[in-house]
Amino acid sequence: MFRQASRLLARTTTPWRRSRSFSSDVPATPAQDSSFIESWSKVIPNLDPPKTPSSFMTPRPATPSAIPSKLTVNFVLPYASELSAKEVDMVIVPATTGQMGVLPGHVPTIAELKPGILSVHEGNDVTKYFLSSGFALIHANSVADIIAVEAVPVDRLDPALVQKGLADFTQKLGSATTDLEKAEAQIGVDVHSAMNSAITG
Amino acid sequence: MKSVKNIQKITKAMKMVAASKLRAIQTKTENSRGLWQPFTALLGDLPSADVKKNVVVAISSDKGLCGGINSTSVKISKGLHKLNSGPEKETKYVILGEKAKAQLVRDSKKDIELIITELQKNPLNYTQVSVLADEILKNVEYDALRIVFNKFQSVVSFVPTVSTVLSPEIVEREAESGGKLGDLDSYEVEGGETKGEILQNLAEFQFSCTMFNAVLENACSEQGARMSAMDSSSRNAGDMLDRLTLTYNRTRQASITTELIEIISGASALEG
Repeated sequence: MFRQASRLLARTTTPWRRSRSFSSDVPATPAQDSSFIESWSKVIPNLDPPKTPSSFMTPRPATPSAIPSKLTVNFVLPYASELSAKEVDMVIVPATTGQMGVLPGHVPTIAELKPGILSVHEGNDVTKYFLSSGFALIHANSVADIIAVEAVPVDRLDPALVQKGLADFTQKLGSATTDLEKAEAQIGVDVHSAMNSAITG
Repeated sequence: MKSVKNIQKITKAMKMVAASKLRAIQTKTENSRGLWQPFTALLGDLPSADVKKNVVVAISSDKGLCGGINSTSVKISKGLHKLNSGPEKETKYVILGEKAKAQLVRDSKKDIELIITELQKNPLNYTQVSVLADEILKNVEYDALRIVFNKFQSVVSFVPTVSTVLSPEIVEREAESGGKLGDLDSYEVEGGETKGEILQNLAEFQFSCTMFNAVLENACSEQGARMSAMDSSSRNAGDMLDRLTLTYNRTRQASITTELIEIISGASALEG
């Protein structure tokens, strides 16, 4: 904790250097890359420059000087935004190096995720999701972005099907001949055993 | 008049189809909008990044009759090509969709690296798009991928948009040189052997996520544009039908009047 605190204190002295402007009261001018627009209008003067994603971006808050009491979590899937800028106490993400608890004021981290449980702690409520894989990006401003390919609440997993899938893939792993088949079966076994431990654990 | 009526029927039907497809795809698109934001927050948005190998991914539709969205995306792609061309630089196209292919094959055939069509035969899903993204990454060498698509705003307005995905090497270079990505160096990396490996994974994941959103946005814009185009053309057909009916009735009335005059004048000639 102290290590993180000192880092955060050191960071507050350096100015925020991202291109996006974080003015909360004047949302009129979208933050675009001005050099891009300039060079575009030089080369192609009769066509408006295209927009870039930053002009559609919801602005992120600047790094506060003190560690905030809550962590802001964005949890997105390809087909849904599961949590969008939700304030929670803590999340535990299944990083490839092991379960990682994220509290407000965590050091900025990029973590690759493995199949496992993501738990979101909010007061006394704990919501658990099973993730297949993805990334967790933790920013200095106590915002955590979690991007997953697939996620379901743990209570929606069917233990019988998981057992069956696990048995299937274990058998496939035994009978696999090529490297590709082996890798596919190994992934299947990993995901299913993670699901299994998610249900039983 | 019959043919105009038939055309009106067809355009009306197309409008209905587009409207129902639009509704399905619009919710999907709106749900996928959260997907690219974390990447942009982390890796920034650098359309002006100056790199050697540029790849312009032009996304268009397979079918026509949908207003100007395809020509907009082609125009923007050509603009990007022009912007990023120069000595020691090369810019290639990757084309998605039949329409951009038709327009770009004509004058920049030598720069086209890959053409993918018939994307929307099945409803779009993430697996399909990530396979596609994988194919593009395998076949094309890049320093920066620039994805050109029409972002859906409402049924009648679309914003041509460029998303930039940089290769891991370029991301690292930019991060080391400070500037806009300077913050990236302060991030700790969990998992993976090296930072490069993680960045590689991250860049590929970013590309597939951005592509997914871009393809959906473009499909949504396509349906929206088709809906408004079909709406205006069925209204146009209606107007034309009204005009034609008026002319038809007027000519008929004129011919009846002429006949009457002939009969009456004939009768009066007999009497006299």
